[in-house]
Amino acid sequence: MDFLTLIQLLDSTVRLATPLLLACLAGLFSERAGIFDIGLEGKMLAAAFFSAAIAALTGSVWVGLAAGIAASMVFSLLHGLASITFRGNQLISGVAINFLAAGLTVLIAQDWFSQGGRTPSLMGGARFGPITLPFADALSGVPVLGPIYAELISGHSILVYLAFACVPLTWWVLFRTRFGLRLRAVGENPAAVDTAGVSVVGLRYAAVLICGVLCGIAGAYLSTALQAGFVKDMSAGRGFIALAALIFAKWRPWYALYATLLFGLFGALETRPDVIEALLGLKIQGALLGALPYVMTVIILAGFVGKAIPPRAGGQPYVKER
Amino acid sequence: MGTDDTGGRQATAAPGTAPAIELKGISKAFGPVQANKDISIRVMPGTIHGIIGENGAGKSTLMSILYGFYKADAGEVFIAGKRTDIPDSQAAIAAGIGMVFQHFKLVENFTVLENIILGAEDGGLLRPSLAKARKSLLELEHEYGLNVDPDAVIQDLGVGMQQRVEILKALYRQADILILDEPTGVLTPAEADQLFRILDRLRTEGKTIILITHKLREVMEATDTVSVMRRGEMTATVKTSETSPAELAELMVGRKVLLRVDKTPATPGPVVLDIKGLRVRDESGVERLKGIDLQVRAGEILGLAGVAGNGQSELLEVLGGYAEATGEIHINGQPLDLAGKDAHGRARRARGIAHVPEDRQREGLIMDFSAWENTAFGYHRDPGYQSGLLLNNARIRTETEEKMARFDVRPPNPALAAKNFSGGNQQKIVLAREIERDPDLLLVGQPTRGVDIGAIEFIHQQIVALRDKGKAVLLVSVELEEILALADRVAVMFDGTIMGERLSAQTDEKELGLLMAGVAA
Repeated sequence: MDFLTLIQLLDSTVRLATPLLLACLAGLFSERAGIFDIGLEGKMLAAAFFSAAIAALTGSVWVGLAAGIAASMVFSLLHGLASITFRGNQLISGVAINFLAAGLTVLIAQDWFSQGGRTPSLMGGARFGPITLPFADALSGVPVLGPIYAELISGHSILVYLAFACVPLTWWVLFRTRFGLRLRAVGENPAAVDTAGVSVVGLRYAAVLICGVLCGIAGAYLSTALQAGFVKDMSAGRGFIALAALIFAKWRPWYALYATLLFGLFGALETRPDVIEALLGLKIQGALLGALPYVMTVIILAGFVGKAIPPRAGGQPYVKER
Repeated sequence: MGTDDTGGRQATAAPGTAPAIELKGISKAFGPVQANKDISIRVMPGTIHGIIGENGAGKSTLMSILYGFYKADAGEVFIAGKRTDIPDSQAAIAAGIGMVFQHFKLVENFTVLENIILGAEDGGLLRPSLAKARKSLLELEHEYGLNVDPDAVIQDLGVGMQQRVEILKALYRQADILILDEPTGVLTPAEADQLFRILDRLRTEGKTIILITHKLREVMEATDTVSVMRRGEMTATVKTSETSPAELAELMVGRKVLLRVDKTPATPGPVVLDIKGLRVRDESGVERLKGIDLQVRAGEILGLAGVAGNGQSELLEVLGGYAEATGEIHINGQPLDLAGKDAHGRARRARGIAHVPEDRQREGLIMDFSAWENTAFGYHRDPGYQSGLLLNNARIRTETEEKMARFDVRPPNPALAAKNFSGGNQQKIVLAREIERDPDLLLVGQPTRGVDIGAIEFIHQQIVALRDKGKAVLLVSVELEEILALADRVAVMFDGTIMGERLSAQTDEKELGLLMAGVAA
């Protein structure tokens, strides 16, 4: 494998890791507050549709992004209503959101655009284009570092940089701010937060809404940056891989970055069977690579690679006791 | 007991001072159940005020009203003479009330410092809050002698230390009134003594303390004034120095109660349980039992004392047949095949071992199942319970009714789910199931944990009666008082070994306390 192929591979790793990273951080906020969310997938899908649809209608990708985030937050609120206010089962609520999103997006798409459940292809200002970082062209001639800067680091859409910036930001919010302390506490022992005179419900809604925002960006990225328009079921299980990455990352922001990059690499390899063949000398089915994130999660859960301890109050609605 | 021997024991309030807390006519009903009925109480500043009562007497409800968890249906709260509304915990904290719950409200994987600032941070960033808390923690330590490592993670601390963190949490929030709900339930005698020393110190510094408990001894030792609750009503408030445990017990239960267990000296027979070199490893490979040798004879009660977590639970689990172990166990001289055919609880029951587990709600009963179903568990293969392919439910029901009558289970309704009985009555259901099978050996763990005084008396009588029928009893309890009252012989466990054995008539709490702490006497 030559250097350029490696750069290309890593480049597509970054692009494929971005939606996983955003969704993983979204799940991190929610689950750290004790609300399990298997509805990441559905929220991403809804956001992907609404951002592409609104971008197509208005011609502005920024308005589309806002619409995607708003749609995702509506689903978040629904999840919050079911699991926080009405203390329902969080898994069932998440499953319902996934189904709702899968059906609703295609239905509305057909009604609005009559293109078989798709949105029109997005062009120009209706799409996030690549950003060329300063000096990218000038430096591209420099050996090794030049291509790394010009090809790998430069030339992604703004959302990619945003996603990577979210990692230190999430870490800082969780571990350096009052909000983060309370958020982590509410996922471990809501009674401690309650008796300290802080609203458990308020904190959990805040976490779920942040989750909605990040899922919204992830979904918008899918349909307006990675691809040019919405197609049916385009989230393609990424919400679940993000959940797997979250467990793999043991609910920590920096680990989430590494886990999603690793899973992104699997995704990139899946599209380049020639590279695998050159590396290993044998053919591997792409689908096998697609399954790797789940296999690795099972290995993690079985306790082979350290212990993944979820937030202790995760999945349980908070009922005030005496 | 209860007299002034430290110089700071008496209430220090001068006449005319407003009470720190005054409740007037507090009432609270849950549906048809009147949890609190027209309760009035005055707690003077700088005193320790005990509130005692049986489980379900309404103590916790009253305190929950004071901490803003429940809203009273009627009545008024006055703090330092001022009428105060307490709609939520925030308001209680603002009014200077701090609460130390029976089950600690700590975040286990946070540090002490993080737990202390939680909800009382200064500003949005943690760094300055933590620095400030560290400083005031040092001051509090200096003022009250409450030292604790601010950077320790809660789950690495013992329960005594965790409780200290809870007290510090309240003090950090400038609490003047400290409410402690059953604070010694999880503590060793030494830790409890330490707690009472801390409370004494807090009182001399002018704090007001409300101590909720069902243990008469604690009330007698630590408080200035006692209020007794029974069935939602405040039946009496007396000066501690002017009352006696017997009087308080009578006020609590509403009738005369025997505080000592009435029993004749034991007449031990042949060895029923013989344990040699028993070893147990837990999941992470840590040795929890490090070679136990122990014998229990027919017609005697062997009490196994020790701080919780020193191997008593593991020993009970192994004997009951639901934990793996190496070593030898003989029952009536016959070896138990620990790994093979005798590995399960069913085989153990067939060999005459009955087991009343330590945690009745998790191991002794299925809480959602009815009493009659619960009395059949473990014995459901009994031929008498069969009717063809099916269980003979009618027969189990009638038997349960008889057992409930004999064990005075209230209400005597076999169809009621286990969770709807009080703690004492749940325990009676488990006891009835196990004792009525006429076992050779009864294993009984924490028989009176969370059980009220009236039921304790009854349960103790049943255990003694079994002994008098010539059966062997192995009693595990963290209540030293209970062991001394009930057991004929006491073995003390520490760190997976037997530290020593004593005849209970020839030992006392002090000696056993040392053994429990791992000090060989």
